[in-house]
Amino acid sequence: MSYEILGISVLWIFLYGYLIVASIDFGAGFFAFYARITGKDHLINRLISRYLSPVWEITNVFFVFFFVGLIGFFPDAAHYYGSALLVPGSIAIILLAIRGSFYAFENYGSKKNIVFLFLYGATGLLIPASLSVALVLSEGGFIVEQGGVVTLQYLELFTSPLAWSIVALAVTSVLFISASFLAFYASRAEDKPALDLMRGYALFWSTPTIIAAFTAVLYLSQHNNRHFQNMMDLWWLLGLSVFFFLIVLWLLYKGRRYGWAFICLMLQFLTAFFAYGIGHYPYILDPYITIQGGATQEAMGIALVVVFIAGLLLLIPSLALVFRLFLFDADYVKGKK
Amino acid sequence: MVVDTVLWSRLVTGLTLSFHVIFATIGVAIPLMVSIAEFVGIRKKDNHYTLMAKRWTRGFVISVAVGVVTGTAIALQLALVWPNFMQLAGNVIALPLFMEVFAFFFEAIFLGIYLYTWDRFRNPYLHWLLTVPVVLGAAMSAFFITSVNGFMNQPEGFIFEAGHFSAVHPLQAMFNEATPSKVFHVLTSAYMTGAALLAAVAAFSMLKKGVTEYAKKGLKLMMTVLLVFSFLTALAGDVSAKFLAEHQPEKLAAAEWHFETEKGADLIFLGWLTAEREIVGALHIPNALSFLAFSDFNAEVTGLDEFPVDEQPPLLVHYLFDAMVGVGFALLAMSAIFFLLLFWKKRNELNRWMLRVIVLGAPLAFLGVELGWFYAEVGRQPWMIRGYMRVEEAATTSPSIVILFFVFLLLYILLGTMCVIVLRRLFRDNPAEVELEKAAKTKEEALQAQQQKAGDEA
Repeated sequence: MSYEILGISVLWIFLYGYLIVASIDFGAGFFAFYARITGKDHLINRLISRYLSPVWEITNVFFVFFFVGLIGFFPDAAHYYGSALLVPGSIAIILLAIRGSFYAFENYGSKKNIVFLFLYGATGLLIPASLSVALVLSEGGFIVEQGGVVTLQYLELFTSPLAWSIVALAVTSVLFISASFLAFYASRAEDKPALDLMRGYALFWSTPTIIAAFTAVLYLSQHNNRHFQNMMDLWWLLGLSVFFFLIVLWLLYKGRRYGWAFICLMLQFLTAFFAYGIGHYPYILDPYITIQGGATQEAMGIALVVVFIAGLLLLIPSLALVFRLFLFDADYVKGKK
Repeated sequence: MVVDTVLWSRLVTGLTLSFHVIFATIGVAIPLMVSIAEFVGIRKKDNHYTLMAKRWTRGFVISVAVGVVTGTAIALQLALVWPNFMQLAGNVIALPLFMEVFAFFFEAIFLGIYLYTWDRFRNPYLHWLLTVPVVLGAAMSAFFITSVNGFMNQPEGFIFEAGHFSAVHPLQAMFNEATPSKVFHVLTSAYMTGAALLAAVAAFSMLKKGVTEYAKKGLKLMMTVLLVFSFLTALAGDVSAKFLAEHQPEKLAAAEWHFETEKGADLIFLGWLTAEREIVGALHIPNALSFLAFSDFNAEVTGLDEFPVDEQPPLLVHYLFDAMVGVGFALLAMSAIFFLLLFWKKRNELNRWMLRVIVLGAPLAFLGVELGWFYAEVGRQPWMIRGYMRVEEAATTSPSIVILFFVFLLLYILLGTMCVIVLRRLFRDNPAEVELEKAAKTKEEALQAQQQKAGDEA
């Protein structure tokens, strides 16, 4: 395997990791707010804050790892995406800052503040929506270079059905992933009312997620047929994804084995995410940056791959450790510690 | 109206970095102070120091969170505001940039474990050992990010061909010649600033609530650390000046207003510049610049005249440089006077004037850090990567950068205010004395319960 492929593969795993842990976090923000305005916050808010407070820094590091890694491995990405995304990227920074500060300060009274909770819930949906736009842009046609000046075609972006379907997919997936996870967490905590509530949310968001996914693929076939055809060649990966989705749905419906349901959900997203990613090959940004042409020099590429893998080896055990301390420690989950 | 996007790009980055460096400095320095306090506490079996370590950590966690937020902002801004810089330099300098995130994460993980494992170990040294990876991780973050800045000043580890870097040696780029002196200076000054901050906190509480045993111990410990690191900072400053004289003479020459190459150069201290580039009201110390630069009173020091006008740094860096040096020596003097008073039995080192000066020392130290970075950055102008890429070639061309400046300004004001409010809430209603009493009470109760249990069993 060439170092470019290795590099993008590890980066893609970072992004997948971010997709899962960040979705749990983002969705929880929305549910916390939603439960508050529907008067059900006493059921789940304690559960949410017990899980999320220790985990958010890891979530953030996944993102920064991916981002800094991508720019380092494909320096041209800085030129194209960086130039085009000054404004949307800055908005994303601000949203992340608001959210990060919520965690920093929440232990000291802000939790009761409805404005703060609203910001927390709103950023939970706005951040994934804004980040998913980067995936839309990578399909080509929205970032244009003319005479060395890179610009973002805002009008085309905002009127593109592909863009909106991917944003919809991002938001529904976040809510589906998060609700499934929190249902699992509630079942560990043996918290029946919270479990019922979260299971309901998970079932509710499953259908919109799959509809949004099909819609996105449909619009992709119109916008970037090459990518679509590549994905169709990986039909078995997509089929596996649907298969796992059906298992998740069945387990949630039956109301048992929430742990397995969440593992299947992770596999559902893993297969779909990699079918999408492999289909994207060879472009990082269609048509300007390819994996081979845009990769950094070999010496740097190899050095980076080594630290990427070291980064994964550090991230995964530390996630495991935090999970052991906060997730699988029965007393902690039940709120006795 | 034509917007000067280069200027505004510099302002946005300057703003983010000026704000971030406060928290970055705290992030590098406080773990060492916590580690020292906990170690002293175990050695002396004195729970005052243990409580110190606990309270400092609690406050530290808040500032870490702000540091994460602003650190994420600057990581993204590097690509958003300076897309062409990252495109060119990314090939050579991506490794330490990535490793910096890595080191930070290493620090954060162990910090988390440290926080949740007080009283979990039978041997207290085991818990103390957890501070080692935290201190190391923090220092490594500083090392990696400073090496990137070193590269911008002293680019190495590549061949420049047709506008691109090729034949890249990532490690050589990381360990460029500017890295050692810069890292030395950054680390010592960060530790100095951290000690000044915590000493000021202790002095402030004494001014407000009178002298307590707890605050006295904290003050003395931190003044000791301050004395050591303000001395080392001065040494590191000297090493940095010698590095500049040899490798980046235009930066030193601009800071010293040394316009013409000459042997036995005078050191110009303070003063100001007229429109005709004449120096007024400065202190000239004969031959001192030569000595400072090469440890030889007659050595030849390169002047600005050897550089084309459009490659000379702005001369205002002289003020930044002198102010930075002034802050460093003021802190050194302050800690020295404190210990003179302490050992001179007739004097009281805790007199109100001394305490007031120590309180003032904290903002002064942070000012020193800011001035130092302003000097480092403005002194590199007009270069982004010295000799290879000018600042105007690196910046974004989008005029939206103007609005973003104000948006980020607002964000940082908000974050800074929130941080202060939360820290105040955290400590105001929970003074150290109350906590000490509480701790003593629970210990007593535990002891009684144990005795009772022993009695029952007997």
